[in-house]
Amino acid sequence: MGLWFSLFAVVILTFVVFMGVEMGKLHFLFGLVVPYAAFATFIVGVISRVVGWARSPVPFRITTTCGQQKSLPWIKADNIESPHNTLGVIARMALEVLLFRSLFRNTKVELKNDPRLVYGGAKWLWLAGLAFHWSFLVILIRHLRFFTEPVPRLLGLFAGIDGVFEIGVPVLYISGLIMLVSVTYLFLRRVFIPQVRYISLAADYFPLFLIIGVGLSGLLMRHFFKVDIFKVKELAMGLVSFHPLIPEGIGIPFYIHLFLVSVLLAYFPFSKLMHLGGVFLSPTRNLANNNRMKRHVNPWNYPVKVHTYEEYEDEFRDKMKAAGIPVEKE
Amino acid sequence: MSSSELSNIPEPDEFMRIAHKPPRSGWMDIPVVFKPGTYCFPAKAKNLKILGMPNPREWSPTDEDWKLPENWREIIREGFKDRLDKYRSFKLFMDICVRCGACADKCHFFIGSGDPKNMPVLRAELLRSVYRKDFTLGGKLMGRLAGARELTPDVIKEWFYYFYQCTECRRCSVFCPYGIDTAEITMMGRELLHLLGLGINWAMEPVANCFRTGNHLGIQPHGFKDTLEFFAEDIENITGIKIDVPLNKKGAEILFVTPSGDYFGDPGTYTCMGYMMLFHELGLDYTWSTYASEGGNFGLFTSHEMIKRLNAKIYAEAKRLGVKWILGGECGHMWRVMHQYMDTMNGPADFLEMPTSPITGTRFENTKSTKMVHIMEFTADLIRHNKLRLDPGRNNNLIVTFHDSCNPARAMGIIEEPRYVIRNVCNHFYEMPENTIKEQTFCCGGGAGLGTDENLDMRLRGGFPRGNAVRYVQEKYGVNRLACMCAIDRATLIPVCDYWAPGVLVTGIHEMVANALVMKGEKERTTNLRGEPLPGKEE
Repeated sequence: MGLWFSLFAVVILTFVVFMGVEMGKLHFLFGLVVPYAAFATFIVGVISRVVGWARSPVPFRITTTCGQQKSLPWIKADNIESPHNTLGVIARMALEVLLFRSLFRNTKVELKNDPRLVYGGAKWLWLAGLAFHWSFLVILIRHLRFFTEPVPRLLGLFAGIDGVFEIGVPVLYISGLIMLVSVTYLFLRRVFIPQVRYISLAADYFPLFLIIGVGLSGLLMRHFFKVDIFKVKELAMGLVSFHPLIPEGIGIPFYIHLFLVSVLLAYFPFSKLMHLGGVFLSPTRNLANNNRMKRHVNPWNYPVKVHTYEEYEDEFRDKMKAAGIPVEKE
Repeated sequence: MSSSELSNIPEPDEFMRIAHKPPRSGWMDIPVVFKPGTYCFPAKAKNLKILGMPNPREWSPTDEDWKLPENWREIIREGFKDRLDKYRSFKLFMDICVRCGACADKCHFFIGSGDPKNMPVLRAELLRSVYRKDFTLGGKLMGRLAGARELTPDVIKEWFYYFYQCTECRRCSVFCPYGIDTAEITMMGRELLHLLGLGINWAMEPVANCFRTGNHLGIQPHGFKDTLEFFAEDIENITGIKIDVPLNKKGAEILFVTPSGDYFGDPGTYTCMGYMMLFHELGLDYTWSTYASEGGNFGLFTSHEMIKRLNAKIYAEAKRLGVKWILGGECGHMWRVMHQYMDTMNGPADFLEMPTSPITGTRFENTKSTKMVHIMEFTADLIRHNKLRLDPGRNNNLIVTFHDSCNPARAMGIIEEPRYVIRNVCNHFYEMPENTIKEQTFCCGGGAGLGTDENLDMRLRGGFPRGNAVRYVQEKYGVNRLACMCAIDRATLIPVCDYWAPGVLVTGIHEMVANALVMKGEKERTTNLRGEPLPGKEE
């Protein structure tokens, strides 16, 4: 249900912008109002979500340790998998955020008949996830050339490397290809792995379709239904310089692309895509395993009802005395 | 555990005729069924009353009406909100899961049962679905399409079933790209259930006992003394050495705290004897406490407040007795509490001193705030400094493998210390496969309060991955002894081995230490602590 709903939603969105621009001539709405509104929603939304999380304290240091603690000097401590200082935490987080360290551990278990369990590697999810996120970042950076004038040389160089194979005119960017392939894999595994399909919600399919839509519309307007790239840049520069203008005749594929990106931005803060911010805040990863070295303070620590030694001795004094166990009050 | 209970379980190949493929209908449409053998009996009213917990009454999970308080919906909603505001972990873990499914086949209960709601991601969705409905715009507007659902009595029943089918082992959290920790989810779920008076007796009776008598088993001070003195007699029979049992001794240097399982049931008792022999041999100035006679803390399986209520007596007793520091025995969840909660909840322990080994002079810098040392750190340090005369040959009849307990591995990182000790006290040690040990270790299937006999079916399912790995080293290396440093393991791994790897027995590490320990003035030993003939001493 979630799958079809999400696919339908993205198709409808595409149809809406198509009709809006083609029939309704709503260039102003889809070229300026929607992007601005989406971007504002994104910024305000992301900040308020992160602030919302940060408002809840971290009462306990609940690090998940994945390696040897620091204890005796002759036992080699693993300062990355079980960090005992800030440097270790930074290294652990860097591996987590940049290389998806935890996902790299992934295994797959199979139940054989006798019965017996067999474990195998399962790195595809890690690989596709990593490929997807990194290529997305590269594409994002590449797009900065639309928002800068003059374009920094570094960006030109960057795009040059991305298009190094020089396939087609204009050249095909590797990042775009990797992004589409990896996001397709992420979609297909959701459909074909029964357990993953079982847990998937509309909220899982929708961003996938949206991103596929963004990628396809980008690819199409670059290589097939060519749009006027100079006019696109004019519009983009207008947006970032707050002197918005709508150049005539950019072409409909661009508006579809821009609208889907806008939807993605506006949807972002309300969705699971917030894992982008959340991963940095995860208490099982971003805290040092130095619990017994350094006291962690719980801001809402409150007194609780305990059973004191005095109450205990009052109940058992006679028995303790009879057994020759020392007591406080004779 | 009697063998008759195990004999009610079908043969392994039939028992494991399960599918990991989920059913056709969505999980929200599948009502929970309380199958005998897969759930724990509810907490008795008397135990809740002792603790002043809400809604004490007699009830059964198979009842249609669970006698919830009238305003149960408000209670849950308020409790939910309160916890979202107090725990960043909880709030974050409600929001950021992308349902990638990497956690699914990491859970021993999912592997052994095939029940999709035992996939960690779905276990969390049981709460998230209600969270979305009550606390998110999308959930309020879109309902089920957004993965949201109404809180109904059936949802409460489902929570009860599945939050007591999680041992809070944290294995899934090792694999989660965002570090989402199902232990945290389950702890919150159980806290919410307790607000309605829904708990299990196997956890709440120990909690009530511990609150009043100082230990989970309700052993009173004189009983505690008798037990330890009985061990001292056994030790004298085996070694010819008479050892002291210092109890509630003021001014001792060290307070020793261990789980009550160590002095209650075999084979924990042999480990307990092991501690006593080691401390005697060292001439350690230490004391047991009848008041702090429990290192374990079933509060961890109840609520954060209950952890604190039970744990308070450790520092209180250390202060009353005027000791310098605290030494803790072999236990799993106890060490999660001591390592990750005690100092925060009941510290600072500024009345204690930096733990320093009186034998080697080693300062345990890693415990400078909490002032509590794990016995494996203590003993490893002794061996490293050649302070123990060890004859590992006395353990030559043992072909040993080591089970990392969940909490020491994943909430503490004490991984090499026990291995160092084991390698020094026995000659035949083999590791289980890499992805079943250390931070990837599998639970015994009976942690977090689930180790009760009425739950045996589910325990053996949960114990399957561990049992399977034991079976592997049994077939490959002839392993006959499974070492562990956890009192729950020492109880629950016995049926797991009997069923999945018959012939493998369970041992604590200090049992092996004591067997290898050559004590000053001992008579020629002919048996180990279990009364079995030592290698070469067979008739």
